[in-house]
Amino acid sequence: MYTQAMDTEAAEKAKAVTTLEEAELMKRFDARIDEGGFIEAKDWMPEHYRKTLVRQISQHAHSEIVGMLPEGNWVTRAPTLKRKAILLAKIQDEGGHGLYLYAAAETLGVSRDQLLDALHTGKAKYSSIFNYPTLTWADVGVIGWLVDGAAIMNQVPLCRCSYAPYARAMIRICREESFHQRQGYDSLLVMMQQGTAEQKVMVQDAVNRWWWPSLMMFGPPDAESTHSAQSMRWGIKRISNDDLRQKFVDATVQQAQVLGVTLPDPDLAWNEARGHWDFGCIDWDEFWRVVGGDGPCNRERLAGRVKAWEDGQWVRDAALAHAARQRTRKEAA
Amino acid sequence: MGTEASSNEWPLWEVFVRSRAGLDHKHCGSLHAADAKMAVQLAREVYTRRQEGSSIWVVRSDQIVASDPGDKDMFFDPMEDKVYRHPTFYKLPPDVDHM
Repeated sequence: MYTQAMDTEAAEKAKAVTTLEEAELMKRFDARIDEGGFIEAKDWMPEHYRKTLVRQISQHAHSEIVGMLPEGNWVTRAPTLKRKAILLAKIQDEGGHGLYLYAAAETLGVSRDQLLDALHTGKAKYSSIFNYPTLTWADVGVIGWLVDGAAIMNQVPLCRCSYAPYARAMIRICREESFHQRQGYDSLLVMMQQGTAEQKVMVQDAVNRWWWPSLMMFGPPDAESTHSAQSMRWGIKRISNDDLRQKFVDATVQQAQVLGVTLPDPDLAWNEARGHWDFGCIDWDEFWRVVGGDGPCNRERLAGRVKAWEDGQWVRDAALAHAARQRTRKEAA
Repeated sequence: MGTEASSNEWPLWEVFVRSRAGLDHKHCGSLHAADAKMAVQLAREVYTRRQEGSSIWVVRSDQIVASDPGDKDMFFDPMEDKVYRHPTFYKLPPDVDHM
């Protein structure tokens, strides 16, 4: 589902090219990028390109995995069997998306254990949106509609990312993502059209809480986006944070009208001259607070992941031991 | 493909899926699994949740032998100047050109 433009760390300096041979490789690499070509795992690439991708793909993978937690909260409390089956399928998709992405990151020469260790020790980031709590059933629908909707906006351009294994993973993910958004909207629609007055209030309340964090998913404003220029140059990023955010707002306004909810922004207004919806100021202090670890659920989420990993250790060990024994038996036979 | 598995990491497998009878198996990604049987089961969960497959192959990533991307030009160049291997190389009279 969800990457946010997570270029939220201090920009590193690209290492200067040292040898003549490297300069030649660099020239060919740049030329390939310029003609819209793809880079494959075993192709030469600048170290900084590799590092940027490892960071971005693994953060994206972590987001998918951590993203299962807020939704998992509602599996046993889904209102009907149908909604429960849908939610389980969606959560399983998120797990799958995490796995596609970890595999893509591993092609760059990092191991799965290294990636998970970075998450578990708090070194790697994941999308800040998952540090918000899912307080009511309507939150599950709103996550599908807004959070997955924002994720789709972010992710569709990544299908053309210059790093081919990432692009291929993204194509697969985007194909599955549309279901997530539609099921969320559908579940909200049922509550708004057939629900009780209380259920309608619940939907509006969930929209109020998730709207601004959803807009933050597109990352800091272009002016403060530390990695953007280099990532654009390398075809890792195709559309700027602010442009994607605008696209999302423009697409969502009508969906809110059809649904019968209000988006919690008094400054939201159609701007005829721009041909876009104007919207109010985002609370970037809140964004940086949540990215920095002080969101409502940061500690709970990370603790949940670490516990799952540690509780599963004996299963992973047992599977390896079983495989080793089967191999020995086969060799002996 | 890529990294060497560290000591207690499940080994990496490449997954190939035949989407329906009559088509080739096509590489669709990789995953970690303790053994072959588990790799096939996990491949089903990870890569065919929407009936994308009718058959799955898995192979240990470290068992794959690949051409060297560094030698790509030298390796594939010999085929570049052999246009006579294509049917379009031969200009035939219009009456029989659909041959």
